[in-house]
Amino acid sequence: MAKTARPLSPHLQIYSWKFTMLLSILHRATGIALAGGTLLLVYWLSAAASGAAAFADAQGIIGSWFGLLVLFGFSYALFFHLCNGIRHLFWDAGYGFDLGTAWASALVTIVVSAALTVIAWLAGISFMGGL
Amino acid sequence: MSAVKNPMRSALGRVRHLGSAKEGVQHWWAQRLTALALVPLILWFVASLAYLAGADHAGFTGWLARPYNALLMIVLLAAGFHHAQLGLQVVIEDYVHREGCKLALLIVVKFAALLLALAGIFAVLKIAFGA
Repeated sequence: MAKTARPLSPHLQIYSWKFTMLLSILHRATGIALAGGTLLLVYWLSAAASGAAAFADAQGIIGSWFGLLVLFGFSYALFFHLCNGIRHLFWDAGYGFDLGTAWASALVTIVVSAALTVIAWLAGISFMGGL
Repeated sequence: MSAVKNPMRSALGRVRHLGSAKEGVQHWWAQRLTALALVPLILWFVASLAYLAGADHAGFTGWLARPYNALLMIVLLAAGFHHAQLGLQVVIEDYVHREGCKLALLIVVKFAALLLALAGIFAVLKIAFGA
């Protein structure tokens, strides 16, 4: 591809930092993290398919403090990407572009994704060993 | 005449009689369709994980072997991995500018996504059919 001396748009550090920019980059970061996290899902399913011993190993790894930490991060990334993804779908449909709404929906995304994470973990703890 | 009908067409496009191939939004549309499908699927998935917390092998495979759970898990894997590889493609195209490196990464991501999706689906089917 020919390199021409076209003017470039300013780099990131030129713009003043805005709260909504954090959500923008977090959407991408959580997307990449979730793609990595799918390895864990496929491992878990494959372990279950290969037998009780392999599944017990997988449950042991996931149930360790490090496994739970990864799972907690995965769950928040999942809820964040879900909530912010819905925000993006509204934008795609042409709604919520004005500054006030974009700010409000950013705040709602942060709060709701945190709340859903807490609810999911409380539900998980209350169901623990129930099956 | 065509300029009036379609003011978005460039002068060069008019001269060459090259119009839209009608596939310009394919990637964007597939990303949104899978996103839309993933909203209820992820809610089902997290609720299921909470329900399954601490489950042993028999408990988990018994749950997954139910036809609607197996079906939803397969749809989740298909939609999830398709969405993930579409998203990772955009990230790679945005940040990796060396052609060879970009191409290699795109191929790895696309092949890995397909392989992992099929591995996950295979595991679900194995459990569902009780092999």
